[in-house]
Amino acid sequence: MSKTLFDKVWDSHVVRKIEGGPDVFFIDRHFIHEVTSPVAFLGLKSRGLKVLYPERTFATADHNTPTINQHLPVQDPLSANQLKALEDNSNEYGISHWGLGHQKNGIVHVVGPENGITFPGATIVCGDSHTSTHGAFGAIAFGIGTSEVEMVLSTQCIMQPKPKKMRINVNGQLGKGVTPKDVALYIISQLSTSGATGYFVEYAGDVFENMTMEGRMTVCNLSIEMGARGGMIAPDETTFAYLKDKPLSPKGADWDKAVAHWKTLKTDAGAKFDKELTFSASDIEPMITYGTNPGMGMGISKNIPNAEAVEGGVATYKKSLEYMGYNENDAMIGKKIDYVFLGSCTNGRIEDFRAFASIVKGKKKADHVTAWLVPGSHEVEDKIKEEGILDILTEAGFVLRQPGCSACLAMNDDKVPAGKYAVSTSNRNFEGRQGPGSRTLLASPLVAAAAAVTGVVTDPRELL
Amino acid sequence: MAYDKFTTLTSTAVPLPLENVDTDQIIPARFLKATKREGFGDNLFRDWRYNNDNTPKESFVLNNPIYSGKILVGGKNFGSGSSREHAAWAVYDYGFRCVVSSFFADIFRNNCLNVGVLPVQVSAEFSEQIFNAIYDDPNTEIEVNLPNQTITILSTGAQESFEINSYKKENMLNGFDDIDYLQNIKGDIETFANGLLL
Repeated sequence: MSKTLFDKVWDSHVVRKIEGGPDVFFIDRHFIHEVTSPVAFLGLKSRGLKVLYPERTFATADHNTPTINQHLPVQDPLSANQLKALEDNSNEYGISHWGLGHQKNGIVHVVGPENGITFPGATIVCGDSHTSTHGAFGAIAFGIGTSEVEMVLSTQCIMQPKPKKMRINVNGQLGKGVTPKDVALYIISQLSTSGATGYFVEYAGDVFENMTMEGRMTVCNLSIEMGARGGMIAPDETTFAYLKDKPLSPKGADWDKAVAHWKTLKTDAGAKFDKELTFSASDIEPMITYGTNPGMGMGISKNIPNAEAVEGGVATYKKSLEYMGYNENDAMIGKKIDYVFLGSCTNGRIEDFRAFASIVKGKKKADHVTAWLVPGSHEVEDKIKEEGILDILTEAGFVLRQPGCSACLAMNDDKVPAGKYAVSTSNRNFEGRQGPGSRTLLASPLVAAAAAVTGVVTDPRELL
Repeated sequence: MAYDKFTTLTSTAVPLPLENVDTDQIIPARFLKATKREGFGDNLFRDWRYNNDNTPKESFVLNNPIYSGKILVGGKNFGSGSSREHAAWAVYDYGFRCVVSSFFADIFRNNCLNVGVLPVQVSAEFSEQIFNAIYDDPNTEIEVNLPNQTITILSTGAQESFEINSYKKENMLNGFDDIDYLQNIKGDIETFANGLLL
């Protein structure tokens, strides 16, 4: 029987099926960080349980780490306490720990792929909804709650009903200045933040086939923002080339054996999806959000829609625009902005910094704009320096910070003040997401760069 | 985690008819720094509930003494966003045992089931009826009957049935969690793991 890529990976990880209930689902790779793991370890301790396969779990500190002066003790005692809990728990149970200051430290969804922990056909979970990022490699990867973190630690399994399957095809040629982030924000704007709830998505079509691994990670990362548990892309030569010789990728004969298996991981002709959608690349322009959820996005040259033209409740929509300080029919181009954030598990990789630099090169940061440029890992930071990007950024008046989740969720000191506008390459524009009262405009690194040098929302195509 | 058994809950309800209520509103990220699970109820809906100077916002429903109860009735797409289980803990810790919505985000629904909060998905029409009944009379009681999988507006008698898989239902009825189950099949899990390539 024809199977989808998702079926192949899912079905090969079911330890046991429960009649009328979920599957007992085996997890190949488990990432943990300081925020959603401490209570899971408390649970283990209170039950007197061990970690079943410590070699399958990887700990990284990222959510509330500072992005300056990382060599100094962490000032916030609560953050310091969580970081210490992660370190102590990792040591106690024999889990690899890349804490603050470690050369491998960085955002969990950046360092995982970078080090070859992620691989095609794997099942990957983490107490973080953007775990969907790893789907770029043809893995089933999704976010879980802390109770499930405890299950994975103690049994390497969780109990999951199998989601429905959706395929999203995007075909054609992307226009100038249109990035993987724009493709994702476009799809979310078409589906809304709940349009894919209950589904696991496979992205297909030549737009994704022609994308780099980093672009695919950006797209899969944002799957959760349309409600999907995760999204995945069939592994191909681009995937294998990325993974070859990564520190933890299989080597020698193991590599050959793995690749031979990975090549079978694609949707068979005739396999059935519960839902299938197709979009045209030529309809996508650089995107920007104007409201308080990622579905409230539009082409940057357009005007904010009328409440009546939007699906869903008028009251909720108007409350959202009121929070943003915007009106129906406003143009986004020319709106004044105060902050720019380049970084996060969505857009904190080297290609994102290259894109940002391509716009700001030879220009100057607008005086009134505060810019936070935060690499996703030390490896990204090193490449920024090696490739001369740091020189371009410095020349243009920007400062590079140290790796971490930073202003994406503002658990550390990188908070956008109340009422201020931030063009952000991250993944959520919820009320207060980047600090209490902050107002977020989600966009690509190119749009963020254009705003950083002009001080207003600007079409990046005019600066390319 | 261990939680109280859930059988039938009869209670007044708190209405929150907004759509797309995300987990950053339920519990903002800056309150996720605890290393234990209790106490999150104090910051449930923090930024909708309190002003910057920590005084209560009178217009927010949790600060309106007319509305109370163990059932929270939300708008469509409740719990979207982050996987933070803290959102479900905050709902539980505040005193809610049941959340009703016409549509739930996946991870939040899952998290609720794992911590003893029953997510009840109803039709858009029934959701509307519940809101109307509560606004007509804040003392209206709602009965959530897990064994029968029904939700009833006691003042009008309007009733709808809801879905829950039989495994999770058993867990809720008995106060069990998944780890109890998984621990018992460890042998199967180890056999499975031994057959893996990577």
